[in-house]
Amino acid sequence: MAAGKLTSKQRVAWTFLTIGVLLYALFPVASIFVTSFKTQADLGSNQFWPTTWTWDNYEMIFVGGAQELFLTALRNSIGITLIATAVAVVLSTLCAYAIARLNFPGKRIILGTALAVSIFPVISVVTPLFNLWRTIGLYDTWLGLIIPYLSLTLPISIWTLSAFFRQIPWELEQAALVDGATQWQAFRKAIVPLAAPGVFTTAIIAFFIAWNDFVYGISLTSTEAARPVPAALAFFTGASQFEEPTGAISAAAIVVTIPVVVLVLLFQRQIVSGLTQGAVKG
Amino acid sequence: MTATAEKNPASRRARQEARLGWYLAGPAFLVMLAVTAYPIAQALFDSLFSHRLTAPDEREFIGLGNYTTILTDPVFGRAMAVTLFITVVTVAVELVLGFALALVMHKALKRLRGLLRTSILVPYGIITVVSAFAWYYMFDINSGFINSWFSWVPGITEDLDWFSNFWTAVTVIMLSEIWKTTPFIALLLLAGLAQVPDDLLEASRVDGATWWQQMYKVIIPNMKAAIMVAVLFRALDAFRIFDNVFIMTGGEAGTEVLALLTYHQTISRLEIGLGSALSVIMFLCVVLMCWAAIKLFNVDLARGTDASSGKGEK
Repeated sequence: MAAGKLTSKQRVAWTFLTIGVLLYALFPVASIFVTSFKTQADLGSNQFWPTTWTWDNYEMIFVGGAQELFLTALRNSIGITLIATAVAVVLSTLCAYAIARLNFPGKRIILGTALAVSIFPVISVVTPLFNLWRTIGLYDTWLGLIIPYLSLTLPISIWTLSAFFRQIPWELEQAALVDGATQWQAFRKAIVPLAAPGVFTTAIIAFFIAWNDFVYGISLTSTEAARPVPAALAFFTGASQFEEPTGAISAAAIVVTIPVVVLVLLFQRQIVSGLTQGAVKG
Repeated sequence: MTATAEKNPASRRARQEARLGWYLAGPAFLVMLAVTAYPIAQALFDSLFSHRLTAPDEREFIGLGNYTTILTDPVFGRAMAVTLFITVVTVAVELVLGFALALVMHKALKRLRGLLRTSILVPYGIITVVSAFAWYYMFDINSGFINSWFSWVPGITEDLDWFSNFWTAVTVIMLSEIWKTTPFIALLLLAGLAQVPDDLLEASRVDGATWWQQMYKVIIPNMKAAIMVAVLFRALDAFRIFDNVFIMTGGEAGTEVLALLTYHQTISRLEIGLGSALSVIMFLCVVLMCWAAIKLFNVDLARGTDASSGKGEK
């Protein structure tokens, strides 16, 4: 199939299959994209296409009435997600190097723990953290979200990176050791450049997961001090009490989807290999 | 490998390596324990008390009282049933749809494959809350177009309010959930498909096997492990469904799932005792599901990720 020419019948079949997959993957995004350009009148028209396209909804979230709610939430989301991703990547890089490379007792326990944490029901952590954070003052703060976000980003980072690291030609490290480098020098000089692509892919996947969080965001914040965008979307209100905030929410949803689409377009291949290496590796 | 290490316990190198290993892996390990093991232990402790944050002075030890309250309450039974229903239906649909997507990507020409993978990564990467709003606005009686597009379908009329009735509401919730998470299953199955030996397929084709026979006799048996891992991961993930329900119905129309019930007890009603007990129950359910998968279906979750086995071969 991979080589050779397609018959015209096959070409038609592939055209339909491709269109089908594209429709499946992109239609809901297209739907909310179109909604974000609707006027208040069109939002009640029960039609897919707007009669007139307008930037009103984007104006509302960037300079208008919903500005404060959205922009602070966007800043919170970006800041908290990037910090949680960075911390997870640093910790998991060290951890995965040790797992892939060194011999030490307890390796299986660490991998098993990562697995257990990744399937842990997030909501089960919320009640105790909610109570604890209120006592020690972490409730409704950036740090109060960064810490639980690590439970989302660390396990998958450790698994993905361990899988990546096991494919690195470690002879290079041996060579560095023979040349008199210490383990740490060998790690830094010989391995880091080779490991960088894997680390980068892991960072993207961890970013997706932290960016997606809603449970912690809605449960452990109460004001704009730390509330991330997904949680803030639930607090949008219309311009008046008779208006639904549909347009503003759609516009905000599109804005936070842009980084996802950009990363997917640029790093499709890396994301796929990262996702599958961590989970199914024969 | 371990045998030689044990024969030379005095080996300085081995001890150094072990120490370095724990220096490097320790921080990640401790953080993981701190953000899960500690909270669940705290939840276990808190669940033994009758404790409302609005009346902190009335905190009182009641043993398993919270568990009795929950397990005898029909609200809990219903939430459990709805959660299990959503889990079973979504995972089943995702498995079929994901397998179809995986087959399409597997058979596609190189340049098509990139396009297909890129497009299905969009639902994977998108925020669940955004997916929930996208689907909600499609079906919403005020702004949605589904009713007017599908008014020819029996049962769908212009004034059908999808979110006021359990079956219609749960359908849209599951559609959003399936749309967002099928790509993950598809990618796992695609990786599994790549591991089916080509010569086996070739041999079956030479023997005149039909497409279905190849599927059932060669492909599926050879990727059973990948299927099992994908199903278990997705089932555990679907069991904690929260975002879609919260956004679309908030638990109205009988769609309250376990995670949402826990949220309402803790965050809305400040019932720390009951919320903690629910947390523990959800945790135990997940443990039970894992145990069942590993014991009954022999799912090896750590397959291929055991670094030491690979190293030992050298």
